[in-house]
Amino acid sequence: MPSVLNYIYVPCLGFLGLRLSRVVPIRFFCGGHQYATAAPVHSAQPENDIVTEKILNEPLENPDFFRVSELFSLKDLFDARVHLGHKKGCRHRLMEPYLYGCRLDQDIIDLDQTVEHLQQALNFTAHIAYRGGIILFVSRRRQFSHLVECTAKDCGEYAHARYWQGGLLTNAPVQYGPGVRLPDLIIFLSTLNNVFQQHVGIRDAAKLNIPTVGVVDSNCNPSLVTYPVPGNDDTPAAMELYCRLFKMTINRAKDKRRRMERIYSLLAPSTKHIMAI
Amino acid sequence: MAVSCVRTMGLVLGKSVNCSSSLDAVMSQLSRQVLGRQICVSCALHRKNLAAAGPEKFTVEFIQKQAEEFNIGKRHLANMMGEDPESFTQEDIDRSIAYLFPSGLFDKKARPLMKHPEEIFPKQRAIQWGADRRPFHFLFYTGKQMYYSVMHELYGKMLKIEKYQDHLRAKGLFSQDVKQISLGTSRWFTKEELEALLVETISTHDYNHFIQLMERLLSLPYCATEVEFVLRYRRQLEAPSAKRIVPLLQRDEWGVAFSTSDGCRKTSNCSVVLRECGSGCITINGQNYLHYFPTLQDREQLMFPFQFTGMLGRFDLECTVSGGGRSSQAGALRLATSRALLSFLSEREAENMRQAGLLTPDPRVRERKKPGQEGARRKFTWNKR
Repeated sequence: MPSVLNYIYVPCLGFLGLRLSRVVPIRFFCGGHQYATAAPVHSAQPENDIVTEKILNEPLENPDFFRVSELFSLKDLFDARVHLGHKKGCRHRLMEPYLYGCRLDQDIIDLDQTVEHLQQALNFTAHIAYRGGIILFVSRRRQFSHLVECTAKDCGEYAHARYWQGGLLTNAPVQYGPGVRLPDLIIFLSTLNNVFQQHVGIRDAAKLNIPTVGVVDSNCNPSLVTYPVPGNDDTPAAMELYCRLFKMTINRAKDKRRRMERIYSLLAPSTKHIMAI
Repeated sequence: MAVSCVRTMGLVLGKSVNCSSSLDAVMSQLSRQVLGRQICVSCALHRKNLAAAGPEKFTVEFIQKQAEEFNIGKRHLANMMGEDPESFTQEDIDRSIAYLFPSGLFDKKARPLMKHPEEIFPKQRAIQWGADRRPFHFLFYTGKQMYYSVMHELYGKMLKIEKYQDHLRAKGLFSQDVKQISLGTSRWFTKEELEALLVETISTHDYNHFIQLMERLLSLPYCATEVEFVLRYRRQLEAPSAKRIVPLLQRDEWGVAFSTSDGCRKTSNCSVVLRECGSGCITINGQNYLHYFPTLQDREQLMFPFQFTGMLGRFDLECTVSGGGRSSQAGALRLATSRALLSFLSEREAENMRQAGLLTPDPRVRERKKPGQEGARRKFTWNKR
């Protein structure tokens, strides 16, 4: 959740060289405009903040507020061939805890663990979407890039299924313009790029403290991913399943948010304007 | 005078020192230090790196303000010229500005100009996100949102066509010889045109990829469903051979068919009247062509159009020519006769004449002499020492 620091203490030289510390509002310089953020006048709108606090805190009371566990079952994962990993020779050392076993040299991913991890990941995504965070879908698999972009378009979120330029996250103010807002969650539908190396985005997100959800196959490194989901990332059926699940969670979370806002606006009719953070 | 200055300075300082509290004493001490120390900052530090800032950015409000000022100025101009402000077009504006501010400058771009701000200021992208700082476009984080959205749309269209083809195959109605897309005389947008369309810089690799994908779309048999999408990225070519302006075939009072045309070469200009008499007599500026052109080469030039089309004895020529020398006058006459002949010929013969080069005006003119050289190309004799 982006929290904007409105005031900073600026040491500035006053008259005759005395050091005065003045409280100065930050000026946003956004492409020629100069915005000066207004002071948050707490005394005038206490009700708004209480309402927003209630809206934000209610999902945190329940472990599965958005009921993501009802979206899929182990059988769905099996039918979508999520349990199929790569051959034994491609196995990554850190993926060994997530593997059920090996059959005719092909690794089989443990679907019980996948179910838990996927539930956690979907729950986290739902919470982020509920709080109006920016979600970025990343995948470098060319056969699924169109699918990923369509999923993002349907959710109202963002996608990047193309060549990843080096400074997209780390050099964002220069690339996009000053005052850009970075994604609050990055979902990797495949953590490898076309040369079978770890996607640069994982490392960059870790550098910038952006949480990541990633579908890790048996040849991937799950260490830097915040919410790894061990599963197959090569089959079209599996990818369609993931896209469908993420789309449903995000839409569900956004609907929930709209409903909560409407409920609370009806309960407290004096509050005319509710801040949507 | 310097002494009095020093004394006044001393008085001022003395006064400040005589002020009572210790804080003031401290302040005055500091002030003396500040005034006494000379702060010299070189102007090199003040110079900003202008090149690093990039092209100048204009805000949306600035452009809007300029547009309002332009409209008000247009009305004032119309009033000044005594015309109706409502129906004052851009051509009228250009005409009025050229009248009010006559300029002898050669460069058209250096002359005074009054155009709508959208044509003057380069198109820039507005801020890409809203009040809550969420970007508008779903491909914003790729960096090249417009290009990738075009590629995404293109791929979507291809998938749609393939799905339709599969649907037809399932029904058994698929056929290879279906009506192909009619592109006409058009070409793909160049890289610069595409950049202008998308308001975004594109690399050569991306552009080639785009063209490749478009060609692949066109190779599908049922691509005719997506004509409008494809034509959006094609530019219509003007016909390479502009329609030949064939001179009118007129008839004079005796019923003889004749046609008139002009021709020029270097600095000569001529006008020719070609009559279908059947005599083959040629008059130039009142004189017979044998007297006017004693040289065989000039007469050959004159006769070449007739010799080529095989109509040597059929026509009667009456020409007026001025300017230039004898060779350029002959060339001008040749061009004029060829043009006049067009009205008496069929399409195929006219095409033959065009391919022979009879209808092309010779663009060569005398090149000017340059300073530091003896002539247009000839340099002064090179001396080793």
